Amino acid sequence: MSLYKLTLRELQEKFTKGEVTACEIVQAYQLRINQVEPKVRAYITLTKESAMAQAEALDEKLKGWRRTMPLMGMPVAVKDNICTQNVLTTCASRMLGNFVPPYDASVIARLRGQSYLLLGKTNLDEFAMGSSTENSAFGPSRNPWNLSRVPGGSSGGSAAAVAADLCAAALGSDTGGSIRQPAACCGVVGLKPTYGRVSRFGLVAFASSLDQIGPITKDVADAAMVLGVIAGHDPLDSTSANLPVPDYAKALKKKDFKKLKVGVPREYFAEGLDPEVEQAVQAAIEEIKQLGAEIKEIALPRTDAAIATYYLIATAEASSNLARYDGVKYGLRSKETANLLDMYMKTRQEGFGPEVKRRIMLGTYALSAGYYDAYYGKAQAVRTLIRQDFEAAFREVDLIVTPVTPTPAFKLGEKSEDPLQMYLSDIYTISVNLAGNPAISVPCGFSKTGLPIGLQLIGRPFEEETLLRGAHAYEQATGWRAKRPNIR
Amino acid sequence: MKITKADVEHVAKLARLEITEAEQDAFSKQLSAILTYVEQLKTLDTAGVEPTATVLEQTNVFREDKARPSLSVEKALANAPEREDGHFAVPKIIEER
Repeated sequence: MSLYKLTLRELQEKFTKGEVTACEIVQAYQLRINQVEPKVRAYITLTKESAMAQAEALDEKLKGWRRTMPLMGMPVAVKDNICTQNVLTTCASRMLGNFVPPYDASVIARLRGQSYLLLGKTNLDEFAMGSSTENSAFGPSRNPWNLSRVPGGSSGGSAAAVAADLCAAALGSDTGGSIRQPAACCGVVGLKPTYGRVSRFGLVAFASSLDQIGPITKDVADAAMVLGVIAGHDPLDSTSANLPVPDYAKALKKKDFKKLKVGVPREYFAEGLDPEVEQAVQAAIEEIKQLGAEIKEIALPRTDAAIATYYLIATAEASSNLARYDGVKYGLRSKETANLLDMYMKTRQEGFGPEVKRRIMLGTYALSAGYYDAYYGKAQAVRTLIRQDFEAAFREVDLIVTPVTPTPAFKLGEKSEDPLQMYLSDIYTISVNLAGNPAISVPCGFSKTGLPIGLQLIGRPFEEETLLRGAHAYEQATGWRAKRPNIR
Repeated sequence: MKITKADVEHVAKLARLEITEAEQDAFSKQLSAILTYVEQLKTLDTAGVEPTATVLEQTNVFREDKARPSLSVEKALANAPEREDGHFAVPKIIEER
C-alpha cells in the first residue's frame, strides 16, 4: 500500500517499527505532491529541500533505534498563517508575500520538538478571512472530490491537502468555522479545540477572542493524537488555559454513546438547509441513537443572531489586529510615497485584497465614534446571550449534534461576488466560536453528485474527550472514511 | 442602514486605507447591505446584559518582570522594508521649516 494512503497512526507504527525511514516517507509524499498538487493547489510554499534535510538528519539520528513520539518523522502541512521559523509565512496576502518569521509559533515548536517533517505551508483565504480559499492572493485551492468546487475555507489548503493525501495531517485555524467547514467540504476530520486549549502564540491574529488552532486529519484517532501534542498551557499566550492535558487516545476506547445525552437544536434544521445535507445528518443522528445515545431536542434560541454578532466582533478585532501592517517593521511597503501617512495608506491599499479591506472597513465603522455602542457594544451583549444558550443546553445534554454547512461545497466563483451570501454559509459553525466551546467535523455521507457532507459535534468547554469519543464511535460504526476522492 | 460614499471615505481614512473610486462604490453598497443585515440585533433585549469580551474566566495573567532571551537586532530587522544603522527607517515625519 502506498505510504501516503496511510493514516498518521498507521504511518507512525510503520516508522516506529523501522519498516520505513523518514527519507522514504518524504520521497513518497513528494512523488504524490508532484502528481496531484498541480490539480489541487493546496500549498502556497513547498519545503522540499528542508523536508528532505530534516528526514535525513532524523534517519541519521535514529540509526538502528526507534523511540516513539507521536509526530516523529510524520509529514505534516501547516496553514500559512502559523509562523514557521525561516519558512515563508504569507497569510495568502501580498502584504506578507516576503515575510520570513524569525521564530516558531508555539504549536510548531512542539511539533519540531518531536522531530516532525514540515512538507509545506497551505493555502487559505487572505488572513483567514473567507469560506472558500478564493480570497487567497495566490489563487484558490480546489476540492479534491471535484476540482470545479471550492475546498471550503479558510483552512481550505490544509483540508484539501489531507483529503488528497498530500500530507499525513495538517494544522488549521478556526475563527468562525475555518477548520470544520473545509474539513466537511473535503470529507476529512477537523477539530476546533476549546478557546484556550491550544496556544495561539505565533498564529497571525485575525480575531483574537475567537481564533483557535486545531488539527485536520484523515480520521478521529489522528485528530486525538495531534491534539495531544499541541494542547496545553503556554506562558507566551496569556489566553492559553493552565489545565492538564488528558490522554486523548484513552477517550477513544469506549466505542459507543452509552450514557451520553445528545442534543439536537431545532434552530439548526430550519430554512436554508439543503435536503441532502439534512438527510445525511438525520441518518447520522439515528446512528448515534443506535450507538446508545439518548437523543433530546434542545433550543439555541439566539442562533439567528449569531452571524450578525460574529461579523461585528470578528471585524472589529480584525480592524485593530491588522493595524500593524503599516509598511514599517515587515511585509510590503509601497514605493514612491509622499510622506508617512501616504505610505501607510498606499501600503495598505496595495497589500490587502478586497475581502480584507471590506472587513477592516466594517470593523472600523463598528468601532468608530457614535457607532460603538450600537454595533460593537450590542454585539458583545448578544454574545453573552449566545453563550448562555449553550450553557443552558449543556446543563441538559453532553454533546450537541448539527450540520457543519448548509450545502455541500459550492462552485468556484459562485458566491465570490456577494459577501453577505458567503457570510450566511457560516451559520452552523460561528456560534461555537462566540461561545468558546470545542467542536469537531466528521464525514457523514455524500451528495448525489459525490460531494462529502459533514457532521458537527459540539462539546462542553475543555471536554474534548467526550467530543472525540462520540466522533470516533460514529466514525467506526459507519464506513464513510473508506471512500477516497478520485482526483481528475 | 445606508452607507454613503462620504461615510466610506471617512472610515477608510480612519483605517488608513487608500481606496479607489470603484472601491468606494462597491463598499458603499456592500457595507450598506451588511449593516442592514446586522440591524436585526436591535430586536434583542440586552438591557442589563454584561458584554462578553472574552470567554475566559481569568482576568489578568502576571509573570515575573525578568529579562528573557529575545530576538537579536539583526533578526528583528531582517524583514524590514527599509533599515538604517540598526533601526527601522521611515519617511520623514517632521517637516523642515
